[in-house]
Amino acid sequence: MLDLTPAKLAERSALRVNPCKTCQPVGAMYAALGVHRCLPHSHGSQGCASYHRTLLSRHFKEPAAASTSSFTEGASVFGGGANLKASVRNVFDIYNPDIIAVHTTCLSETIGDDLKAFIQDIDIPEGKLVVHTNTPSYVGSHINGFYNMMTGFISYLAKSAGTPNGKLAVFPGFVNPGDMREIKRILKAFGADFTLFPDTSGVLDAPMTGRYEMYPSGGTTLAEIAGLGDCTATLALGELTSDEPANALKRKHGVPYRLLPLPIGVSFTDRLMIALSKEKKVEVPTELEEERGQLVDVMLDAHFHYSGKKAAVFGDPDTVLGLAGLVLEMGMIPKYLLTGTSGSAFVKLAENLFRRHEVKDCLARESADLFELHQLIKNGKVDILIGTSYGKQIAKAEDIPFVRAGIPVLDRYGHSYFPIVGYRGGLRMLERISDALLDRQDRDAADEDLELVM
Amino acid sequence: MGVKGAVLEKYAAKVFKNRKEHMLEIDSGQAESRIAANSRSIPGIMTSRGCCYAGCKGVVLGPLKDALLITHGPVGCGFYSWGTRRNKARAANGGSFIQYCFSTDLQEPDIVFGGEKKLRQAIKEAIELFHPQCVLVCSTCPVGLIGDDIHAVAAESEKLYGITCVAFSCEGYKGVSQSAGHHIANNGVMRRIIGRDDTPPATKFSLNLLGEYNIGGDSWEIERILRRVGYEVVAVLTGDGSFADLSRAHNAALNLVQCHRSINYIAEMMKTRFGMDWIKVNFIGVEAACRSLRDIALYFGDPDLSRRTEEVIADELERIEPDRAHYRRKLKGRTASLYVGGSRSHHYQNLLADFGVSTVLAGYEFAHRDDYEGREVIPDIKEDADNKNIESIAVEKDEKRHRAFLAPERYAELKEKIPLDYYKGMIRDMPDGSVVIDDLNHYETEAFIELLRPDFFMSGIKDKYVIQKAGVPSKQLHSYDYGGPYAGFNGAINFARDIARSVECPAWRLVTPPWKFEAMLEGTVTE
Repeated sequence: MLDLTPAKLAERSALRVNPCKTCQPVGAMYAALGVHRCLPHSHGSQGCASYHRTLLSRHFKEPAAASTSSFTEGASVFGGGANLKASVRNVFDIYNPDIIAVHTTCLSETIGDDLKAFIQDIDIPEGKLVVHTNTPSYVGSHINGFYNMMTGFISYLAKSAGTPNGKLAVFPGFVNPGDMREIKRILKAFGADFTLFPDTSGVLDAPMTGRYEMYPSGGTTLAEIAGLGDCTATLALGELTSDEPANALKRKHGVPYRLLPLPIGVSFTDRLMIALSKEKKVEVPTELEEERGQLVDVMLDAHFHYSGKKAAVFGDPDTVLGLAGLVLEMGMIPKYLLTGTSGSAFVKLAENLFRRHEVKDCLARESADLFELHQLIKNGKVDILIGTSYGKQIAKAEDIPFVRAGIPVLDRYGHSYFPIVGYRGGLRMLERISDALLDRQDRDAADEDLELVM
Repeated sequence: MGVKGAVLEKYAAKVFKNRKEHMLEIDSGQAESRIAANSRSIPGIMTSRGCCYAGCKGVVLGPLKDALLITHGPVGCGFYSWGTRRNKARAANGGSFIQYCFSTDLQEPDIVFGGEKKLRQAIKEAIELFHPQCVLVCSTCPVGLIGDDIHAVAAESEKLYGITCVAFSCEGYKGVSQSAGHHIANNGVMRRIIGRDDTPPATKFSLNLLGEYNIGGDSWEIERILRRVGYEVVAVLTGDGSFADLSRAHNAALNLVQCHRSINYIAEMMKTRFGMDWIKVNFIGVEAACRSLRDIALYFGDPDLSRRTEEVIADELERIEPDRAHYRRKLKGRTASLYVGGSRSHHYQNLLADFGVSTVLAGYEFAHRDDYEGREVIPDIKEDADNKNIESIAVEKDEKRHRAFLAPERYAELKEKIPLDYYKGMIRDMPDGSVVIDDLNHYETEAFIELLRPDFFMSGIKDKYVIQKAGVPSKQLHSYDYGGPYAGFNGAINFARDIARSVECPAWRLVTPPWKFEAMLEGTVTE
């Protein structure tokens, strides 16, 4: 496996090998699926929509509906205005969503299609909406696409009537429906009135009923999005994912926001608790404090099994930082933290974590790829690898225990229904990391060393 | 009105007019069974089609394990086509490039100022790091728009590093589906790879297997059977394929064409240039595989070979008979729908028939009219704006290496008996009353499920869960839901077992909770 990867690291300035990111539009598509009765629309060649829907369906094992402008060579030369016009007509006619959320592609961006002007020129049926965002694939990653689509919805739809609605706007970051459910559970425990945006729970984890619903019951409603401008505050989870849309909402409607890390692990979840407690002016609910205590309890129970173990964590920036926090709380050493998404803030935040926990010889890399991660691991072994399915090759090649977390996980089932956020999510991750290490110890144990009790 | 009318009813005039040409209810009483195909999808319609790049890189070139393929463009296209098509390949000479994804990951300044410099540097880095014998470059949409001359960069790199370097302009917007990409890949492979190495085959009965991509190990099962009979497989295009094998493919005696759509160009060009005949084969389905084996034996016309063919067939059939009978009992009388790329929808009807399953609907995602109606319609197919830009290269007879295996009389005689340089298309094998749909879309899938209620629906990932959510067992026929092989004799049993498991999965009986069936509220009525 990956036998052609040399251990010797060499400078590369042009060749990306085994990327740890993908392009903006798929992030935009995911965000749009978190809006109730919304059909994402990809303004580009068919292949884009096909690849993105495929990736989402393979991760969630669910339908991922989205339409496409089906560019041909002609449209690429003369512009895609006519294609978008026909698309809007056909989508409302045949699929009847309440809203179409258009995102661009590298094709339509390169030819300079002016989406705003196109949309203004289109006859949109009464009561229906079309919004858009620009997601050039040659800038940033799917994370940029995710927050750009959020910002697109906000700039088109969020309004302020001038009277606060007493609700909290909560941006969950680039996470699974299972995480969104957990965030909502926490908010409800605080008695908060809130709008979670976007919200893919109830959409990409819809139940089996024997009836296919193109628009399942979940998703942030258009009324809720419109009401974002009247929210008392925004809790933006994921410092590198949710800042931009929270800022857009602040700029447009003056909604103040608190930028927080993804609530993964104890301390980062504590920060959400403190923020909620302050916003709602209530104590942290007993049930959540109890969950916190359980997580810390298990951490102490099992710490001698994993203290000092070295981990490599890769994936999306906020997810990696969150998992790094958990790993550090477990007494492990996050030797390599790596994301493909660019931005020096990732490295800065990672290094803050290293300093706070007084760990040495840890490396954080942004704009990096999995080929580099593999080479790093060849030069300095780790005990466990944590990340998306794309790590399985490295795990196999180097025979390292592997825990899947983040998006995408293409080769396992059920994962997206469960959280990695909150204390419950922390306990789940702790269990999985601990299991992976102990399973490995059992596998490798000589007969005389196999322990029944551990 | 028929099912076709019932489905079309929902469409507005313009869409109606377009889509009705892509649907056909089979009626053998009709003189002509004509269907529109390989024309552009309607914007906004949720087509399952992909793009030109997907056909070129994803389908045809992707499986080559010893060629280092760089996707020139932003990172997405390379990322999505990395490890996602189940082209199984056993590493040779220390490794396989299939496990890797190489991309130039173009950034905004590259789009503004041009990406050639980055491509040049990426090729250099790739060669220094991986020492491949062949580098392939595939371009994505923006590359064509900004005018990067990838062919010039490839030629220059070839000269500089002394290795084969071939570029493919397979931008996603070209053509109307993956099909354009197949053609572009075929052209490049024919122009630059096939014919490089004249090492002759070791034996007389040598073959190439064209249009077999080794999904789930299909090619390995087919090769197992062919080798048992006594054939030498020179090259497979391109499942578990290699640059080295392709380079000497022209030395084989005969080309077998499994997927007609994606590879018929190479089959035809090899015929023109080297004189090699091709026959259409199908190793999906027990009866179909037997027929193909007999057709190949007939081509060579060697008594020993024919005897061995019959021995292998008899032995294989005897071996699988208990399982075959077992699954036939389970599946007989059921109905299926099929919507796959450009050949499987036809091939799998044979396999389904082996187990007594009839096909009520079949469609292709990116086929041309000849895949539906037979190759005789090719001269009647009109070029349109979308496909006339796809280069059709003219190859010339290679006087030195051209040889006809068959004498002209024997050729004429065999042409009557076997599909020699010919494919009859899918429609001829379909029963009256069944439906053929080209470029089946999301709404139509839903509508046909309601109307036809097939016992299972075989399709791709984008519609798999739509179908399953509607209560119909679904099976991915691109990835086989990670099972397989489904080709050949062993494959037929694998397939039947997987289908039976899906149909019989106990969870189907759990879909509706028991409290939906009975009154749950209990109480007493008081006066």
